[in-house]
Amino acid sequence: MLLDFLDQWFSRHTGSSRDQAKQRLKLILAHDRADLTPAALESMRLEILAVVSRYVELDSEGLQFSLATEEGTTALIANLPIRRVKPLQVSLSQPEGERA
Amino acid sequence: MSRIIVITSGKGGVGKTTITANLGTALAQLGRSVVVVDADFGLRNLDLLLGLENRVVYTALEVIAGECRLEQALVKDKRTSNLALLPAAQTRNKTAVKPEQMRQLVSQLSDNHDYVLIDSPAGIEQGFRNAIAGATEAIIITTPELAAVRDADRVVGLLEAAEVRPTRLIINRLRPDMVSANQMMSVEDVVEVLAIPLVGIVPEDREVIVSTNKGEPLVLSSHPPLAAQALQRIARRLEGETVDFPNVASLGESFWERAKRFLNQRVI
Ligand SMILES: Nc1ncnc2c1ncn2[C@@H]1O[C@H](COP(=O)(O)OP(=O)(O)O)[C@@H](O)[C@H]1O
Ligand SMILES: [Mg+2]
Repeated sequence: MLLDFLDQWFSRHTGSSRDQAKQRLKLILAHDRADLTPAALESMRLEILAVVSRYVELDSEGLQFSLATEEGTTALIANLPIRRVKPLQVSLSQPEGERA
Repeated sequence: MSRIIVITSGKGGVGKTTITANLGTALAQLGRSVVVVDADFGLRNLDLLLGLENRVVYTALEVIAGECRLEQALVKDKRTSNLALLPAAQTRNKTAVKPEQMRQLVSQLSDNHDYVLIDSPAGIEQGFRNAIAGATEAIIITTPELAAVRDADRVVGLLEAAEVRPTRLIINRLRPDMVSANQMMSVEDVVEVLAIPLVGIVPEDREVIVSTNKGEPLVLSSHPPLAAQALQRIARRLEGETVDFPNVASLGESFWERAKRFLNQRVI
């Protein structure tokens, strides 16, 4: 009994056929539902990276960027490991249009 | 109030026609007057599964074209009183059917039937648009496979946009042995990702093919096999009865908790 249970538990977490199907499905549905083209997603990724990189230096190895769907909600999930914080060089000036 | 339910899936071959024939028969057995409509123009099958192919004279197409009256096209099932079939045309006619015409047709049928069940074609094109046109609710069929679930999700979105609700889910061809061996997605997995209420689980059953060969819906057998019992339970759930999902024990406790949550609410 216990061995059966452990066996199942481990096979589930080491990528059983069922688990693979479910993981792939979640990713596919997240993309389908968001209705974002791969090109749009890539351009969004580049823009976000550009913005974040103005403030911090990112570890390019560990960057992750994906859509995920959980409980019927789709989320953009980004994991952007920071290598170091850059010295602040951005001035917090008002946007163009609002200047006197 | 009569109910107009479209049975659809996106993907082909997942069991729409089998389930339409059996649910229609099961609801008629419960004393409801039922008409099943074959909306798969050009690939008609529903008459075969009901064993009514030799009695088809007119089809929905002639009715729409005004070449016969609606009652003339209806094929009454002699084995099951209260059950009638509106066949689809087998030859694709030049005059394509329009959603508005289907809407009129099913609305006319709903005047003197408790249930109008519409067997939708595969795909999300014109034939699908026609099938959902007059429907006031939907049953989505999927199997626990990636492609089927993906297509089902697409259809859920389209039905939502078309304001056909509620939508309920039937998972067909489940193989409990494969689920418990972690070789197949479970009911819980599929319900979790699709996030629509579950109305039934139909196991894989070789008897389905035997009944198709005979042209006799599975629910008519004197000793209904597992799949037929599942379909009879779905009919009772549609009637508003609370019927337990029996193979819950074999699928684990967390399934039940989750299934309950999804049963009566639509989570977006
Ligand atoms: N629960 C089941 N167990 C075994 N075979 C099934 C089951 N449901 C459907 N089938 C088989 O799958 C095939 C496709 O079914 P069908 O109802 O024609 O699907 P669809 O109308 O969605 O194209 C048929 O050969 C049918 O006999
Ligand atoms: Mg079919």
